[in-house]
Amino acid sequence: MSDVVEATLPTVSIRIPMILRPQVGGAKTVNATGATLGALFVDLTTRFPGIAGQVLTADGELHKFVNVYVNDDDVRYLGKLDAPIKSGDEVTILPAVAGGAL
Amino acid sequence: MRLVLPPAVYDDIINHMLGGYPLEACGLLVGTAQEDGATQAVRFVPSPNLARSALVYTLDPKVHLRAERDADDDDLAVIGVVHSHTHTDAFPSPTDVAAAADPSWEYVIVSLRDPSPSLRSYRIDGDTVKETPVLIFPTGSVGN
Repeated sequence: MSDVVEATLPTVSIRIPMILRPQVGGAKTVNATGATLGALFVDLTTRFPGIAGQVLTADGELHKFVNVYVNDDDVRYLGKLDAPIKSGDEVTILPAVAGGAL
Repeated sequence: MRLVLPPAVYDDIINHMLGGYPLEACGLLVGTAQEDGATQAVRFVPSPNLARSALVYTLDPKVHLRAERDADDDDLAVIGVVHSHTHTDAFPSPTDVAAAADPSWEYVIVSLRDPSPSLRSYRIDGDTVKETPVLIFPTGSVGN
């Protein structure tokens, strides 16, 4: 028997918030391929460069003005860009909502 | 441009804002954006203020995620965010303007400074703040 592992990378759906839809041609969801959130974002930002500065900082970290979820879980608790992705996962990007009287 | 708030939604908002006092309280407005630019609220989704502060608020991202999904299921959308100012006017602060992400959202502010709460709403596009007239009225067309 061979030890070769089936190396198909997962392709999953990323939900794009209203304000970022112009950066992806108006789409509500976009498919991307990768085994981690970081790999998905490389795929996403390669095809849609306009969204890169909205979701990632200049240093390539997750932007603090967005919240990203894999299914129901905030990726800040899943290893951020190292969060593992498997087939059937659903990724959601939402703008962070904050403010106040200051 | 106007924001239509059904009386029950208005009551839900005011009750949540008063319930959070003396801290700032926050939540999301779900409804529909109409063709003429008017916005019809259908429900208010309360959120904890994760900042637990009298001066700033941070909406719970989990509440936001659920509100987006539920709105999607009902063919509605998240159309804005509500928060209280406990000791100042119902006008966007520099923090509110800097943090406002979506020019199509209504930014509703409830001032609790005076004995009677005061609710006002704004569109914020970059540094430009424009007040939206608010109509407390049941769901449905209200004409002009």
